[in-house]
Amino acid sequence: DSSFYGGHGIVGAQVPLGCGIAFAQKYAKEEAVTFAMYGDGAANQGQLFEYICLWDLPSILVCENNHYGMGTADWRAAKSPSYYKRGDYVPGLKVDGMDAFAVKQACKLAKEHALKNGLIILEMDTYRYHGHSMSDPVGAHTFTRDDISGVRQERDPIERIKKLVLSHDLATEKELKDFFINLNIVCPGNIFSDDMEKEIRKEIDDAIAKAKDCPMPEPSELFTNVYVKGFGTESFGADRKEVKAALP
Amino acid sequence: MWGILGRRAVDGGLSASSLRRMRSGLVSARSYAAGSKEMTVRDALNSAIDEEMSADPKVFVMGEEVGQYQGAYKITKGLLEKYGPERVYDTPITEAGFTGIGVGAAYAGLKPVVEFMTFNFSMQAIDHIINSAAKSNYMSAGQINVPIVFRGPNGAAAGVGAQHSQCYAAWYASVPGLKVLAPYSAEDARGLLKAAIRDPDPVVFLENELLYGESFPISEEALDSSFCLPIGKAKIEREGKDVTITTFSKMVGFALKAAEKLAEEGISAEVINLRSIRPLDRATINASVRKTSRLVTVEEGFPQHGVCAEICASVVEESFSYLDAPVERIAGADVPMPYAANLERLALPQVEDIIRAAKRACFRSK
Repeated sequence: DSSFYGGHGIVGAQVPLGCGIAFAQKYAKEEAVTFAMYGDGAANQGQLFEYICLWDLPSILVCENNHYGMGTADWRAAKSPSYYKRGDYVPGLKVDGMDAFAVKQACKLAKEHALKNGLIILEMDTYRYHGHSMSDPVGAHTFTRDDISGVRQERDPIERIKKLVLSHDLATEKELKDFFINLNIVCPGNIFSDDMEKEIRKEIDDAIAKAKDCPMPEPSELFTNVYVKGFGTESFGADRKEVKAALP
Repeated sequence: MWGILGRRAVDGGLSASSLRRMRSGLVSARSYAAGSKEMTVRDALNSAIDEEMSADPKVFVMGEEVGQYQGAYKITKGLLEKYGPERVYDTPITEAGFTGIGVGAAYAGLKPVVEFMTFNFSMQAIDHIINSAAKSNYMSAGQINVPIVFRGPNGAAAGVGAQHSQCYAAWYASVPGLKVLAPYSAEDARGLLKAAIRDPDPVVFLENELLYGESFPISEEALDSSFCLPIGKAKIEREGKDVTITTFSKMVGFALKAAEKLAEEGISAEVINLRSIRPLDRATINASVRKTSRLVTVEEGFPQHGVCAEICASVVEESFSYLDAPVERIAGADVPMPYAANLERLALPQVEDIIRAAKRACFRSK
C-alpha cells in the first residue's frame, strides 16, 4: 500500500526485482521511480550490473556502504570498492550518507535523472555502529568503541542536524526535545534529559510488550496465502493423512 | 568399523556380538560405549576438512566468511591460520561467481570445497552445479571430471523464514552425475565429508545447522585420519522387526526418539539413516522392508516429488508382495516455511507424527 516492498532474504536479488518494479512504472507511464536498496556486501554480483541499464528504467540503485559485508571489509570483497563507479555506463554519485541534507538532494537529483535518462547509482557512505546481526559481536572485527563514539560525535546524522538547528538559532534545546518527543523518536547521544529518555523508553517497552502479547497465528494459517488462486488443490501438513487443507 | 558393520547389516549376516557393539553407542543416543570420546558435528567437519587439506595440496576451501571470520558457523575455524590465504579463500557475496570459479578450478584438476552459507543461496549458483559440474563427465566422455564438494547447511533451522529454510535433497538427488550426501552424527560427518573430498565426482554435502553443536560418541577408528565411509550405503541405526523408518540428517534423531517410544508400546522399529541420498541405498531399504513388511519414510523437505516419494516408489516396485500396509510418508508441510514459531512447528515433522504413522502402518490406530 505504501509502495514499500519490504526486505528480501537473498542478498542482491532485490536489485533486479526493484528494477522490475521500475519497469512496471515505466510501462504504465507513471511518473514514478523505484529505489532499490542494497549494501556494499551485495554489490559484487553480476545481476546488479548486467543488462538492467539497457532499457533506461526509472530505477535508482542505492548502495548503503558501511564498508562491511557481514564480516568482510569492502576492500576484501571488491576489486573496486567505489561502488558508485561500478555501473560502467550507468552514472553514479557518491553521497555522504550521514548527512541528511546531502541524501535529500541526491535523491531529488536522482529522481529527475531516472525519470529522464534511466538508471543511476547512489552510493551512500555510512557507518556501522553494531554487528551484522544478533550473532555478530560489535567491535570484533570492525571498530573499537572509541572509533564508534568518535563517529557518533562527528558524523551521526541526527546529532549533526541538531547542531545545525541550534547554531542557526532555528530552535532552542527545549523546543527540540519537545519536537522529538512528539515524533516518538529515540536518539543516541544526549538530546534528552534522563526523565524524557525514560518516558520514551517506557513507550517503546510498552509497544514491545503489546507486540509480545499478541496471540500467535491460528494453526489454520499454516495454509493461507500459498496461492492467490488455489483451485481447491490439496495441501498437507507433516503427516499428510492427519493434516490437510484445500487451498481456495 | 562402523562402515564395515553397515555393509554386514545389508548382507544380513550379523553376529550377536557385532550387533551388541553396533547398538552400544547408538540406541541410547547420548550414552557412551566404554572408553569412547564425544565430538560435535562442527568439530567433526572441521577435522575432516583439515585432514584432507593436509593430505592433498590440491584441496582448497572457498566461500563467504570461511577465512578471516572463521566460518559463518565456525566449520572452517582455524583453517586460514593453518593453511594460509593460498588454500582458504574468502569470496564476495556472489554465489554464481564463486561457484563458477570453483567448478572451473575442478575442471583443471584442483579439489575445491565450496561452502554455501545455506543451500538456499545455492540456487543462485544452481546452473553451475547442474550444468557445469554434474553433466561434464558425461558430456565429455570422461575427459572432464569435476572433483568438487559443495557443502553447507540445508533445510530448516529455527525461525529463519521461508527463504532460508528449504531442503534441497530432492532437487539435487534427482540429477544424474551428482552425488548427494546427508550426514547425521559426528562420525557420519567425518567419514562422509572425507569420502566426498576424495571422490572424483561432484558431491553435494547437505549438513544441518541445528546439528552442528550436537555431540555424538565417536570411535577411535573414526578419529583416524584415513577414516572414510562408503558413499551409497545407508546405516541401520537401530534394528527392529515391525516397521522400517527411513530418514536422513536431523530427522534421524527424531526417528530414534520415536523408536524408543514405540518400543514402550511393543512396536519394534528399524531406523535406517540413509547417509547417501544419491546413490540411494535401495538394497538396504528393501531388505529391511522385506523383513518388517511396513515402511514409514521421513524427511524435512517438501512432500511432492521428495526423497520419501522416491523411496516409496522403490519399495512398491521391488517389494510389493512383502508389504502388509500402505507406505507412509512424513514430510515437511506443503507450504513455504512459516515464520511464526507455532506454525513453523506445524510445518515440520515432529516425533509424534512419526509415531502416529508407524502405528497406522501397524494398524494400531484408527
